[in-house]
Formats: sequence, C-alpha cells, structure tokens
Amino acid sequence: MKRQALLPIVGVVALVVVWYLAVWVRLVDPVLLPPPEKAFAALVQGMAGGRLGYDFWRTLERTAYAIAIAAVIAIPLGILLGANEKAYRAAEFVIDFFRSTPASAMFPLFLVIFGVGDKTKILVASFGAALVILFNVAYGVMNARKTRLLAAKVMGASRLRVLTDVMLLESLPQTFVGLRNGVSLALVIVVVAEMFIGSIDGLGYRVFEAQQLFNMPEMYAAIFASGALGYGLNLAFMLVEKRFVHWAGK
Amino acid sequence: MDPRAAPPAVAAAAGGAPHITVRGLAKRFGEAVVYDRFDLDIPRGRFVSIFGPNGCGKSTLINMIAGLVPADGGEILFGGKHLADTKIGYVFQNYREALFPWLRSIDNIEYPLRLAKLPKAERRAKVERLVAHLGVKIDLNRYPYELSGGQQQLVSIMRALVVEPEVLFLDEPFSALDYEMTLFMRDQLQAVFDETRTTTILVSHDLEEAVYLADHVLLLSRRPARVADLVAMDLPRPRDAHTLSDPDFVRIKGHCLDVFQREVRKG
Repeated sequence: MKRQALLPIVGVVALVVVWYLAVWVRLVDPVLLPPPEKAFAALVQGMAGGRLGYDFWRTLERTAYAIAIAAVIAIPLGILLGANEKAYRAAEFVIDFFRSTPASAMFPLFLVIFGVGDKTKILVASFGAALVILFNVAYGVMNARKTRLLAAKVMGASRLRVLTDVMLLESLPQTFVGLRNGVSLALVIVVVAEMFIGSIDGLGYRVFEAQQLFNMPEMYAAIFASGALGYGLNLAFMLVEKRFVHWAGK
Repeated sequence: MDPRAAPPAVAAAAGGAPHITVRGLAKRFGEAVVYDRFDLDIPRGRFVSIFGPNGCGKSTLINMIAGLVPADGGEILFGGKHLADTKIGYVFQNYREALFPWLRSIDNIEYPLRLAKLPKAERRAKVERLVAHLGVKIDLNRYPYELSGGQQQLVSIMRALVVEPEVLFLDEPFSALDYEMTLFMRDQLQAVFDETRTTTILVSHDLEEAVYLADHVLLLSRRPARVADLVAMDLPRPRDAHTLSDPDFVRIKGHCLDVFQREVRKG
C-alpha cells in the first residue's frame, strides 16, 4: 500500500532527470533551458514574498470571481432549463454554439464594452465557465433517475418538492463536473487575458514579462505556479465534491 | 370472456365489499392495446399477487392504480374515494434507484412523513414503532449504499409502510435479490402483512412467490390483458418452507401454471 502511494513521485523524478540530461547534453540552448534548480530557486524566491506570489494571488482572485459569477448565474438557469425539457431544447443550439466558441475570441468585444481593466478578464472567463456549468447542470437535472422522481411522486411530493428534494440532489454530481471543468477553463482564460496589453499583474503577465526579458528561470517558475494553481483548484473542488456528494458513483 | 360481463368476483370470494374497483380501464402504448374495458375488484385486507406472460402489462396495471402511469380511460376507486384522498405505499423493483442516496436510511423512511408535514418527534416515534413492530435489525443511521440489497429493499418497504397506507403496492420487489435473501424477504413481507392486514398488491415474475404470499392469485392473459383466472389460495398463515411442499400448494401452483401456459401459447 505504502509503495503504491509513492508511485506518483517516480514520474516527477523522471521528469527532473530528463530535464538534467537535456541541460547536460546541451540539447537546448542553456539560455532557454536553465537547470531545474535555478527554476525552482526562482519559484521558491518568487512565491515567498517575491512578485510571483502577488501575481499568483491576483490570478487566483480573478479566477475565483469568474467562477463565482458563472456559478451564480449558470446553476439556477441550468436547473430551470433542465427541469423544463422544452425550454432546454429551445436554448440548446445557442448554448452549444457559444460553448464551442473559443472564449478568447470574445476578448475584443468585451474589451470594447468593459475596457482594459479586471472586469473584462473576469467576465470573459465567467462567460466561458458559465456555459460549461449551465450545460452540465441542465443535463444533470434532465438525467435524474426516473424511478427516484416517481418514488417522490408516489409519496405525494408536489412538483416543486420533486425539484428541490430530488432533481437538485440528483444533479449535484454532474454540477460538480461542470464546476471543475468550468474552473479549469476560467483559469485558462484569465491567464491568457493577463498576457494582453494593459495588464500589470497576474501569472499570465509574469510569464509573458519574464519571456520578454529573457529571464528564463522566472518564466519557468511562473509556468509551474500556474500549473500548481490549476491543479490545486481542481483538487479543492474534488475535496468539496467528496464531502457534499458522498453518494456519487455508489 | 365477454369483457362486458360482471367483474371477477374476488370480493364475493372474500366475503366483503371490494377495496379497489377498476372499471372500464383503457390503456394503449402506441399501436399496442394493453388494456381495453378492463374491470377488476380487489378485496380489502387481502394479499393479491398478479402473474402473467411477459409484457402483458402487470406492472402497468399497478402503476395505473397507483397513479404512476396515466390511464387512457376508465375509473379506479379506493372504497369509493379517488387516489388523491387515499394513502398508498409503493415498493419499486430497483431499490437502488428508488431510495434517496443522499439521505440516511432513517431519513429515507421519514421522508413521506416530512411531506405530510409531521413534526420531527412524531416522525421519529412512528419510525421507532415500525422498527419495533417488524423487529428490524438494521443500523438505520447508515446511508442506503452502505447496506446490502435486501436491507435496502427492507428500508424501501418501511418507507412505504410508515405512512400506514391503505394499499401497499410491490412491483417485483425481490427480483434483484439472491435466492437466500428472497426467501428471507418473503417471510418479512408475510410478517408485515400478518401484522398490518393492509390490502397488498404484488406483481411477481416468480409463480412460487406469487402463490406462496397470496390470498388470491390474479392471472392475466396476453394483451389486451384480461383476467385469465383468479385463484383463491387459502392455506393458513404463517406459511413456511413446508407450505411449498403442501399438496394443496402444489395443486394450486400447478393450476396457475396450466392457465399461464395456456395463455402463453395463445400468443
């Protein structure tokens, strides 16, 4: 059992070894690929009181706002559409179309409307995430087990009670799938947005800035920080899901 | 049989006014006529098993009586009342999908009482009384998915019984359980019936089970479904393993099988 738990470390060690080898045999220009310890030193220094920590926080903040706004709008709307299949069928094409539209293509439009500040970055991310959440919530509600709905009905539950007591809870696992996909997408959009003109902070800005200055250790550090943020957000949602949707898959 | 003829006299056989009266029931699925001018009387306080060929509409019949499936026509009354004024309990075949996995077993059982807006103390008391009544030895603080299949179905049955229903419906309740658990659950159900004498309608695809539990076995024909036969089964209760080899039981089961096979061959 203990040995099994150590397996993921093998991959990490292998990655570092390959990186060292690449530096050692000069596979890539040393300016472009510094040795791993330099990148890690930049990561630790940057996160512990340096600029990188601040950028990390700013990106986290924007992503959190984006996902919160998306959830507040998309979850109730998804429930309404899911509970009313005709309404969903009517909206389905529009939802699918914009869900398939790269949210980054909406930047110029949002820039014109909301200016170059935080608002645009957050709202474009919300837009992308909301459609993913909406789609998943609606399907979660629509795919509620028929038997469970009938069981509530035969016990005398009104339509409203069936919705609140059964459909809502039935859709929770799918809602969490939507939230996790949504937060990943929101992070992608926020980081891209931070690379745009007019940005002054955030992980996207840090990666871009370091690259412009040819400060490669710092660029790698910012990339790893972004990865850690994405991984951490996903993990956080999974832990919350495990707590609130203890019955999923059982 | 002329469908206009008087409804089968189960009630007369039971010697009392019928509890459930079905008159002129009609149901079709697309082109298929499942029920047409179907009449039936079900006596009060009796256990009726429904048995018939595959797809003849056994489940559809109890689902229409229980209001889960709308009928195309006809009238169903419970001692003269409509379904809306009647307390019923319903046990589904698929307990895994019928229970609420987000609620502990005890909260599952209390759910219909919560719908009836009973205060918490009263709900608890009712469940405790039911548990004592049935001699159930399950940890009801567990979630359904932490229980065995038989225990889950027992929780389902308790959820149906806790409202003290006038009619209890069971749709193939034990078909997802293994044989050992099925035998145990049959006796649990029999004990419940002995205790409560609730009018009970069981749909079963297992003839032995249908006969073993019933006061009356209702045999349906292929569709459009008619009453092929209505067989009285009056061996004394409680019935046990010896009942299964009792000559009367064997004879009644044999008769039911004959009727069933005759109906199947007609198709």
